[in-house]
Amino acid sequence: MIVADSRTLLDVRGLCASIDGTPILKGLDLTVKSGEVHAIMGPNGSGKSTFAKVLAGHTAYQVTAGEVLYEGRDLLALAPEARARAGVFLAFQYPIEIPGVGNSQFLRLAYNTVQAERGKDELDPLEFDDLVREKMQLLEMSPGFLERSVNEGFSGGEKKRNEILQMALLEPTLAILDETDSGLDIDALRIVSRGVNHLASADNAIVLVTHYQRLLNHIVPDYVHVMDGGRIVRTGGRELALELEEHGYEAVEAPAATAAPAAAGARP
Amino acid sequence: MIERVVDRRLPATLLAHDAKLPPALEQPKLAGLQALRAEAVERVGALKLPTSHDEAWRFTGISALAEQSFHRPAAAAAVQAGDIERFAIGEAAVRLVFVDGIHVPSLSTGVGKSAGAGVFIGNLAATPPNEAATVAAHLGRHAGFHDHLFAALNLAFLRDAAVVLVPRDTALAGPVHMLFVAAEAGAASHPRVLVVAAPGSEVSVIEDYVALHGEGGFSNPVTEIVVGAGAKVEHVRVQRESDAAFHVASCAVSLAASSRYRSVSVALGAGLSRLDLVVQQTAEGAECSLDGLALIGGDQIADTHSVVDHLQPHGTSRQLHKCIVDGAAHAVFNGKVMVRPGAQKTDSAQSSRNLLLTRKAVVDTLPQLEIFADDVKCAHGATVGQLDAEEVFYLRSRGLSEAAAKNLLTYAFGAEVIDRIGVASLRRSLEQTVLERTERQP
Repeated sequence: MIVADSRTLLDVRGLCASIDGTPILKGLDLTVKSGEVHAIMGPNGSGKSTFAKVLAGHTAYQVTAGEVLYEGRDLLALAPEARARAGVFLAFQYPIEIPGVGNSQFLRLAYNTVQAERGKDELDPLEFDDLVREKMQLLEMSPGFLERSVNEGFSGGEKKRNEILQMALLEPTLAILDETDSGLDIDALRIVSRGVNHLASADNAIVLVTHYQRLLNHIVPDYVHVMDGGRIVRTGGRELALELEEHGYEAVEAPAATAAPAAAGARP
Repeated sequence: MIERVVDRRLPATLLAHDAKLPPALEQPKLAGLQALRAEAVERVGALKLPTSHDEAWRFTGISALAEQSFHRPAAAAAVQAGDIERFAIGEAAVRLVFVDGIHVPSLSTGVGKSAGAGVFIGNLAATPPNEAATVAAHLGRHAGFHDHLFAALNLAFLRDAAVVLVPRDTALAGPVHMLFVAAEAGAASHPRVLVVAAPGSEVSVIEDYVALHGEGGFSNPVTEIVVGAGAKVEHVRVQRESDAAFHVASCAVSLAASSRYRSVSVALGAGLSRLDLVVQQTAEGAECSLDGLALIGGDQIADTHSVVDHLQPHGTSRQLHKCIVDGAAHAVFNGKVMVRPGAQKTDSAQSSRNLLLTRKAVVDTLPQLEIFADDVKCAHGATVGQLDAEEVFYLRSRGLSEAAAKNLLTYAFGAEVIDRIGVASLRRSLEQTVLERTERQP
């Protein structure tokens, strides 16, 4: 929801990033305020997922220009773990399988690390078990997932639910969901979306990176941005997603190529 | 032909042999072992210290052993029960303690309690007369010593031995803990283990090598395990000696029809450790699993040579060997699976997985399959790698520090093997050890 006079959580200015010397992001601007839901759409290769990973601090990408302020701090100066502790959360497009690390052990370790940073009490295994089971109900996950290794042998939908479970536990201020809808059937999409909507509040913000409009039927964005060639080339309201659905990316991008103010519009 | 220039002998201090017969062998019914021992003495004189020219020692330089001097304690060092309390295993019904190779009854527990009619768990010298024939039939008969200097050396110095005899159709309640304590710096010891599980019996044994000091020494254990038809043996081997020690071990296992042998070997200590593990499936339908973990750092060398010999049809074997190599350490795995002619329907799988934590860490892995039967299912594979960068990033993106993420992933890699240990308290204490060893400060 758009809240009058809400504080700015994320301010991205002229962000450029490359991987192995190949530029991917080429001057990206975006401002996100608390309470808002932003959708970033765009064709494959437009840099959407790179943007998500750069925000989380993925070590494979080099930021070559621009700045990112998170709650007024220089986000790019922080290590990935420091970003997570400060409230930035990335739900992975392809969550990593970690054989040998128990899911409940992992979830508790992450939870307690973030709790400690916030000056809150850490939970022992029994206390944590109660908490995690309650959160799992929201995502209709069976407690059996706690006994397994992190994401190992999980179906695509189960992995995505496990991501949102982590979001529910870590209570981020800025959640970036990278293609969370990919690989989900309609029931899983409904469950995951309900979980995300439940977690959205006036004090946090959500950035949805998605290729398709269908997720936005479930999680309604306040702003829709279209990325192309490593930049945001158009920004609009929810109706822009419907326009994309109808006419495709090419038609929507065309006017943007000449319309420089689109970038400025990306910072409401 | 090029003559070999290197021709090393064992250090004289290791070979100083007292002619006196160990009391155990004075038992008339164990007298057969005297000839075997004499033969071993003769082989020790003839065999030379292996060099890198010997295929079996290609990657593991043992020559440093010749430069050391060792002594053989005449009596066990004064070790108090409190000194070894931290190695206690709660589940163990019996604990046999050997200090620098010498049996210490006062530190041993549960010995002599009735574990069931016909069960014998104790030192070789205490073998009951009616069991002597069994001991004489197996001791020294499975671990070949004619071409194996260290096995010959062990037999030549045969004195005390942990003996576990389980009669037909008997299942021992708790595991037997055989604790070999290195107590004196510079001591040479030749621990010996014989386990005979009669047909239909079940037993779990833990062979545990520990040190009370951080000094050098030489342990040269030989273990023989005989698993009768339909019998089941669980075998855990833990080597956690001083980082300055030499540990050169042999283990020979003989499997009868439809028997089952499961072993987990964990190597954490010793500057140089070597385990030669040979399992022979001598009859149809035998099953074995041999799992191993070497977790080493600094300048340590850990070498495992295993042979699974499928001699008869319908045998199954599984092997997972993992190495975690830190610092400038060097791990070696040579795993041979033989399928002899006629061993049809053999089902064998072997996997060697290795994690290198630094640029200086080295692993040599050599899985080998030799198949002489045509209707078999055999798989093997080896991987060598570093921690996965995506896994590290995933954990960091959830708030774990880089060091904590790497520690957790390293721990998880090793835990897969530790988890296969059936004795819960030992599993937990080894998990804790692995956790501490893999915990590097940020």
